[in-house]
Amino acid sequence: MDPSSRRRASYDGAVVCAPVTVPYVRFSPQTAHWWTGAALSALGRAAGIGPNDIDGICYSSFSAHPDTVVGMVQHLGLSPRWMDHIPTGGASGVMALRRAARAVQAGDADLVACVAADTNHIDSFRQTLTQFSRFSQDATYPYGFGGPNATFALITDNFMREYGVGRESFAKLCVAQRDNALSNPHALMKKPLSVEQYMAARPISDPVHLFDCVMPCAGAEAFLVTTPERAEALGLSAARIAATIERHNAFPDDSVQTRGGWECDIDALWSDAGCCPADMDMVEAYDDYPVIVAMQLADLGFCAKADLAGFIARTDFTVAGDLPLNTNGGQLSAGQAGAAGGYQNVTEALRQILHCPLGRQVPDARRALVSGFGMVNYDRGVCTGAAVLEQEVVR
Amino acid sequence: MTEPLDKPKRKDPLKRSHVGHVPPAPRSRAAKAMAVRAGQGRFVLQVCKDCAETTYPPRDRCPKCWGELVWRDQPDGATLVAETTVRTSMDLFFRDHLPWRIGTAKLDAGPVAIVHVHGDVADGAAGGARVRLKLCLDRGGNPALFALPETETPNMQDDPQLRTFTANPKHRRVLVTDGRGPVGQAVAEGLIEAGAATVFLGNADPLMRYPGQASIEACEGIETVPLDIGDTRSVAELAGQLGGRVDILVNTAGFTREGGVGFGGKITDLQAGLDIDVTGLMRLAQAFAPAMSGRSDDGVNAAAAFVDVASVYGLTGRSGFAGMAASAAARLTLLAGLKSEMRQTGIRVMSVLTGPVDDEWHQSVLPPKVAPRQVARAVVDTLANGHDLTPVGDIAKDVLARWQADPLLTIREETE
Repeated sequence: MDPSSRRRASYDGAVVCAPVTVPYVRFSPQTAHWWTGAALSALGRAAGIGPNDIDGICYSSFSAHPDTVVGMVQHLGLSPRWMDHIPTGGASGVMALRRAARAVQAGDADLVACVAADTNHIDSFRQTLTQFSRFSQDATYPYGFGGPNATFALITDNFMREYGVGRESFAKLCVAQRDNALSNPHALMKKPLSVEQYMAARPISDPVHLFDCVMPCAGAEAFLVTTPERAEALGLSAARIAATIERHNAFPDDSVQTRGGWECDIDALWSDAGCCPADMDMVEAYDDYPVIVAMQLADLGFCAKADLAGFIARTDFTVAGDLPLNTNGGQLSAGQAGAAGGYQNVTEALRQILHCPLGRQVPDARRALVSGFGMVNYDRGVCTGAAVLEQEVVR
Repeated sequence: MTEPLDKPKRKDPLKRSHVGHVPPAPRSRAAKAMAVRAGQGRFVLQVCKDCAETTYPPRDRCPKCWGELVWRDQPDGATLVAETTVRTSMDLFFRDHLPWRIGTAKLDAGPVAIVHVHGDVADGAAGGARVRLKLCLDRGGNPALFALPETETPNMQDDPQLRTFTANPKHRRVLVTDGRGPVGQAVAEGLIEAGAATVFLGNADPLMRYPGQASIEACEGIETVPLDIGDTRSVAELAGQLGGRVDILVNTAGFTREGGVGFGGKITDLQAGLDIDVTGLMRLAQAFAPAMSGRSDDGVNAAAAFVDVASVYGLTGRSGFAGMAASAAARLTLLAGLKSEMRQTGIRVMSVLTGPVDDEWHQSVLPPKVAPRQVARAVVDTLANGHDLTPVGDIAKDVLARWQADPLLTIREETE
């Protein structure tokens, strides 16, 4: 029997609540521990809970070294009966969500705090890069040390040629996200961006230009996963998990990345969710570079790759548009706070469907697609995941 | 087409020299194993012992079947499938050398690799351009794949990216330590032919005539200098005069006498050999390495390499030349230490291993023997390609190959 044909259990009995964002700053003198504590403190205020209430924790950070979740629970006074450390950066939010939900469903934990926090000192970004992975140490960064900009430039160069996508398509995505960011008080980018400005930006690593790149920063994101009963007792609005997928190191024989692991499991996602891309009120896609946003739109079923340029041209991606995309501005406009960059898509989707947005509200939002992508271990992103979230109850 | 490098202008001594950095240096053990092979001019990748899968980046187990991996020579052709020009970098070395061109290459051998791309690979060539890959060592002695045009182009070696992976003698000033012997003289002439701006050729005894003097003095570009590497003060004085003008140092000095260990060897010969070969190398290193390290990224004629020509028998010992082999062994060990120190400063340390040279000290040795011109070609070749271990002549190649396959057996064979 094909093991993938086994039907996955639903996520009944687990809900997601209390999305919090600790406002980002470009550079912070504080540590990852401080930012993690700030996220827990924000969760505490949002849900009226303290250290003794949390009996499960899912944690992600790039800058907590030498600590993992182990050091963090003692540092911050937790005694959980279930914990997990998820080192998958941009895919960590979706992965935390599905793991925590299973723990709650199975009764291994009742109230799981999912937290991603990273600081950003002067020079942290370079230091993180130089120690990021063995393959990048051996075989990527010594090649010009352009960082992720160069790696994604190679992916973008190939993608543009392969699917006839031009810079104007990326401009449309970036300009729409900037427009969305303008109502988010936490977004680091506060000025409007025009297509002309996008096109005239200085090249960083051809064909990647300035406005294709995220701004590394410090920040933290968190949410709770618990039972519907506990959410009600705490008086929290709650979202259901309709379906999730996860895949790592998909298509290793592709010479250059043109698709992510979503393509392996996309049919399972939509059949489990019982809905289709057209039913989504928004997409919160991982947006380290616009080419990855475009790749996700196709791999997650919104259009064919060959039609990407046309689809992007026809679609309004602003909060008030026909397919609101990265409604907080995404990392491109709000900033990339390390592993929290892989959580902000989840927290923003939750805020929109629970009707407590940071900025503008997507009208009548009830369903969101969240997509994660992380870890350029060598020449491509290795980890992917996606989740469909639905409004359960607004309190 | 690559623009030919201009002859560098004289430097303003009041200006701050450009500080040399090395690209990011940490590497896995497997990548270091690749570097060792790159230094010998091989193009290698790992192959699985069980399923024959070829893999890259360097791994510790096969990704297809989890079998063990071995290094094997591979075809060097590839197709460039994507490219970019890096225009910003946070690394001190690359910041100084932007823009920097890289690409994604699909190797004929199977794997995909991120590679440096030569300026003569046609623009926008990604999406199908054929290239030839060279496995280089970078300034820090780490392995690097470099995509070259499939066929030779004019001034190809002058490509600014490629030049940082070599110690090409073109426009550089070279100190060759022993000009009184045929090897040093041939090396000096070979370097001038290869485009060196000047060769300072050492003479341990300026008052005494020596064979070949007339042709050396007639050769434009060669300047004889007093240098006795057996004398610490002589080395220090020359370094004081030339210090910031030696871009490449080639140590051709050596002391060869016949003799055994318990039978037929002279203690005084061993002492003299150790003083020239071993202590002499350290005198050169201490006098010249710091100044060279300070100028490792100083433009077209930046300091680039320290080359030592030693006997291959330093690896094994040699019957009938026990003292010479012993001092060569100590010399190779010192050189390994110097190589490690200089990896941090961006100066390449290279070793040319020679068999018996066809000179007055090997009269009773049967051929094949190495002609001084062969040593000269090996030195130039090593510099131009950026290798770090080059055997010269049939004997050195044979001994090195046997030593790599079975060191203890080779020691026994060579000392019998």
